[in-house]
Amino acid sequence: MGDQVMQYPAIDWLAITPIIILLGGMMINLVIASLTRAWPRAWYAIATVELAVACVIVEMFLWHDVNTDGSRIIINNAISIDHFTLFCWIGVAVALALVSLSTSEYLRRESLDGPEVYALYICAALGAMIMTASNDMIVLFLGLETLSIALYVLAASHRRRAESQESGLKYFILGGFASAFFLYGIALIYGSTGTTSISGIGKVLSTEVFVKGDDAMLLAGIALLIVGLAFKVAVVPFHFWTPDVYQGAPTPVTAFMASVGKFAAFAALVRVVTVALPTRAEDWRPAVWVLAILSVVVGSVLAVVQTDVKRMLAYSSISHAGFMMIGIESIGHTGDVDGLPATVMYLMIYSVLVIGTFTVVSLVTRTGDASSDIGSFRGLGKERPALALAMTVFLLAQAGMPLTSGFIAKFGVIKAAATNHSYAVALVAMVASVIAALLYLRIMISMWLSDTEAGDEKREAIAIPVSAGFVVAVSAVFTLLVGVWPSWLIDASQAALQLAK
Amino acid sequence: MMSALISAATPTTTWYLVLSALLFGIGTVGVLVRRNPLVMFMCIELMLNAINLSFVAFAKRMGDIGGQTTVFFVMVVAAAEVVVGLGIIVSIMRKRPGANVDDISALKG
Repeated sequence: MGDQVMQYPAIDWLAITPIIILLGGMMINLVIASLTRAWPRAWYAIATVELAVACVIVEMFLWHDVNTDGSRIIINNAISIDHFTLFCWIGVAVALALVSLSTSEYLRRESLDGPEVYALYICAALGAMIMTASNDMIVLFLGLETLSIALYVLAASHRRRAESQESGLKYFILGGFASAFFLYGIALIYGSTGTTSISGIGKVLSTEVFVKGDDAMLLAGIALLIVGLAFKVAVVPFHFWTPDVYQGAPTPVTAFMASVGKFAAFAALVRVVTVALPTRAEDWRPAVWVLAILSVVVGSVLAVVQTDVKRMLAYSSISHAGFMMIGIESIGHTGDVDGLPATVMYLMIYSVLVIGTFTVVSLVTRTGDASSDIGSFRGLGKERPALALAMTVFLLAQAGMPLTSGFIAKFGVIKAAATNHSYAVALVAMVASVIAALLYLRIMISMWLSDTEAGDEKREAIAIPVSAGFVVAVSAVFTLLVGVWPSWLIDASQAALQLAK
Repeated sequence: MMSALISAATPTTTWYLVLSALLFGIGTVGVLVRRNPLVMFMCIELMLNAINLSFVAFAKRMGDIGGQTTVFFVMVVAAAEVVVGLGIIVSIMRKRPGANVDDISALKG
């Protein structure tokens, strides 16, 4: 025993540069923030954006690298570097940059402390990146927790608002509950396959033949794993936390949760079902089918009856999660060919869309996040026509209007479902998106057509700071650009098809 | 006779798996029925530790060190969760001493 030397895995430092950039940036942010006198507030946001941009640049190089050298699994089977990973990394980094920009002025308006929020954003983005790249269930779990724990704090970060703390508490209890299910799923799968490596599980399951009835533990594990991830991506019936948390959290944080949080959890789900569980598709596909149909229907219907815009958008995010589930259901039919590109493209489009939408909401709710009621949008078209126009673009895109990115996204998943003869799912999704269109129409009517009411003139005027205006403009341009010229994004998401196995 | 009894009573890994499933179930029910945020949180910890037990049991059964190492990661994660969770709970309790989760319900609809 004595002469045994511990074997360290070889580490491909170059490939994990984006992760190191974020990790280092977060630590430097915290150290500098506590050692120096307060910087002008905007600087922290700019520093975070620079980190994110550095990440995107490195990721572009890595993309090229994978193009020439092919995808690979590094650090002792823990991290897979492939186009799928890099696609998600770019998405996360872009979302990080946009959200940091829209947070900057929000913090000033609410007179909240600055730098820690950015450190938490970076930490959450780091967890998201680890999740999307992980090729081992334990690494996936660690990434999930890094993301979630940072998000719990962020949700509760508006210290003077009781709603924010309530939202943090609810998110924390239910998030921890979901993580426990997820982890138990990992334990049971480990018990029946003998490995926690995602590609390893795939290999074991493709060779090992279970006697009928002998795979109960494996099935229970798969079920718990899907329940845990379904909680995180917020699909019905595991969605109860979403409206409360989205409503109570500071609005830019809500944008972050809806973009980065969904991105990471869906990417993890996609990787698990395509790499680890393709041979058990017959077992998990019906469950995903039910989750998808329930989410699109319940999300759309409940969104329409809300009066609070943040709650509406929370339910609409549930229905969007249902659409992405449709993409995953297609993966269960023919493997990753149709479903995977559609799902990751939906994720990218939705995450930019939702950041734009919530940035507008955070401006319209005015100081204190006080009035996210739909009434606060009244007369926006007259007061701030540009903002109302951008919001209209976002809402039309969320409704799936042609010539916007939302159409491309919804068309992608419904086409994937139709190709795989899941006509029921495709039909329900289309009907549900018509119902959801009502909701977006309600907000648009309130912005453009509603008459002003007594007391409206006493409301605080809506200020559009440069940074938030920039985020809204970028998101709107992206939304329209992808709507009229989607081929580049479709090509990129097709490239994501090559998963390292 | 005696040795048969002893061997029947010697715990195998399956016993630990059953025990861990029971503990996990107790934790789950606890989160669902208890109303004090601290107790709910303790139930989540119970669930995590039940999972640790099953990881160790599986690792023992398969003679694989991986499952046992996993436990350390889970413990670290649980510790991090405690830090953050207690912070959130304390900051709420400071404002509203003795609140249970039914009192904290400004957000609904």
